Amino acid sequence: MQARTFNRNEPLYFYALIAVGLLVLLAGLYAAHMMEEHGHIITGMNNQIVWGMPHVFAIFMIVAASGVLNIASIGSVFGKAAYKGRGPLAGMLSIALLAGGLFVLMLDLGRPDRIIVAATHYNVTSVFAWNILLYSGLFTFVALYMWSLMERRMNPWIKPAGLIVFAWRIILTTGTGLIFAFLVARQAYASPILPPMFLVMSFAWGMAVFFIVQSAMYSWNGKIQDPVLLSRMKNLLGIFVLGALYLVAVYHLTNLYFARQTSFEHFILIDGGIYPWLFWGGYVLLGSALPLLLIFTPGLNGPRSVLFASILTILGAFSMLYVFIIGGQAFPLDIFPGYEVKSSFGDGQIGLYHPSHWEFLLGFGGLSIAFLITTIGVRALNFVPQDKTYAVDKRASD
Amino acid sequence: MSDTDALIGNTDQKRRQFLKTSVGAAAVAVAPGMLLFDMAHGKSEPVSGKVRWGMLIDTAKCKDGCDDCVKACNKENGLSGGLSPTDSQWIRKVELKDMRSGRELALPMMCQHCAEPPCVDVCPTGSSFKRADGIVLVDKHICIGCRYCMMACPYKARSFVHEPLHDQKPDVPRGRGTVESCTMCVHRVDKGEQPACAEGCKNKSIMFGNLNDPESEISRKIRTVASVQIRADLGLNTGIHYQGL
Repeated sequence: MQARTFNRNEPLYFYALIAVGLLVLLAGLYAAHMMEEHGHIITGMNNQIVWGMPHVFAIFMIVAASGVLNIASIGSVFGKAAYKGRGPLAGMLSIALLAGGLFVLMLDLGRPDRIIVAATHYNVTSVFAWNILLYSGLFTFVALYMWSLMERRMNPWIKPAGLIVFAWRIILTTGTGLIFAFLVARQAYASPILPPMFLVMSFAWGMAVFFIVQSAMYSWNGKIQDPVLLSRMKNLLGIFVLGALYLVAVYHLTNLYFARQTSFEHFILIDGGIYPWLFWGGYVLLGSALPLLLIFTPGLNGPRSVLFASILTILGAFSMLYVFIIGGQAFPLDIFPGYEVKSSFGDGQIGLYHPSHWEFLLGFGGLSIAFLITTIGVRALNFVPQDKTYAVDKRASD
Repeated sequence: MSDTDALIGNTDQKRRQFLKTSVGAAAVAVAPGMLLFDMAHGKSEPVSGKVRWGMLIDTAKCKDGCDDCVKACNKENGLSGGLSPTDSQWIRKVELKDMRSGRELALPMMCQHCAEPPCVDVCPTGSSFKRADGIVLVDKHICIGCRYCMMACPYKARSFVHEPLHDQKPDVPRGRGTVESCTMCVHRVDKGEQPACAEGCKNKSIMFGNLNDPESEISRKIRTVASVQIRADLGLNTGIHYQGL
């Protein structure tokens, strides 16, 4: 690693970033206020597309919050020394992303003022209610894990704390997949493959977020990432992107095999307008094939192409979630199998959805929460991975 | 001494007068409240699990183009009757065409009041609930507006209140930002009346009654004619049965 000379404008840049983050957050809060004041009529959501753009943002952040802990798990559970130094950063990113996701999810509620009701009235059969426990558990366990890493006296607890976090994140993402898998009557969702699919997607998306933050931190501090470690980590990202693509393919292929699902698959993959475009162009091509090419083509695997691959993976994630969440609802419910159906309530028709700018503002508000926590956290605490000793050892042993 | 006696007597009288007036005033103040409290609570005995309210809809009698049930529902429950994708529709007319035979029919579609309602299973706060008599309702006080029940309902029976509401019916509380659906006119049923749609259907297509009573008209009819529950494959055991589907 090489360090450049200290940039004396650095504090100024830092405060400028914070100001930008706060402005976006303010815009998100204003959008939430408008939705509270006027109702969801100002969004693009309706009685057919009941979950819209805010849910795309929220679910991305919640899934990535679990995935970003890959690094922590590899370091603390599977004992890979090089990843250990990155545990605290992974933990903080997880908390930041989860906070951002929950911010969006809560403020999109029809009655966000009643959020306390969700804590006082608990329906044990609801997977949503389970998720409330899973989210608060993740905050707690990740905080304890970070404490065990960052406080020398707590170091003996790293392994057990890491194990709990590892188990908890797997259960949490399974829970996110189950939110959809339990929807018995929806063609797009009732599938047991969804929890593992979400799990592997979380690995890929979290890894991509981690890479972006790591690249930003290194370049901010004028440091260069260790090529050996970078090469290992980007291979891991490649495997996760490939794994997610595989599970998405299996999900669609099994659906194609069931005669009752073919019209839905036809809609999502071929003639559903924006949805096939986003699926093939956004998720498969830009969000999976191109990152894989950038990662695995020999000679292309420098820090810049890994960063680019990570950004594309995240774009792919948003495309995938848009198709999955909104496309899945746009296709009409099959209430009367074997019949052509018409009604005043959109039966038998493709649901229309045009996201409003309020939804985007709310979503970006959530991202800004994650951004602010990360930026302030990285500056206030020592999260920069210390690779030096490891890298030297590694090269010496090579 | 006598002066003191007179003074005491006077004070006693005033005190008595004061107590009388206070009791009277308290009675006047409390009585209307008690009366309203009583009215608001309706019948004091809880609903019984021995009853299961349901409907049998005869699609042969349901006329194409007639929407009397929809109008009756809107009027009874104070719905706007708007047909945009963000308007609430508790009951809707669905026109069907069998893709194989080409047979056409129409029927009213609303909350099917399942015995195993998916909306109740998924609701995080328990706001969606099923009464002992089988009527599925939303407790508007604890609904947080997450819309998970709308995702879970196989019948697209639920609506989300997208805009502030005005001029609500006192018997049918609704709320912006909460989810709502057909209540089987629970406020009428509890008074021994029929749901508005059943009463409003001039073709007598909708029969309402107690499915648990083997001697009720609806039970006898279900025993004698072929009827189906919609998406019976899901095993939800709906309270609404359809004849001629």
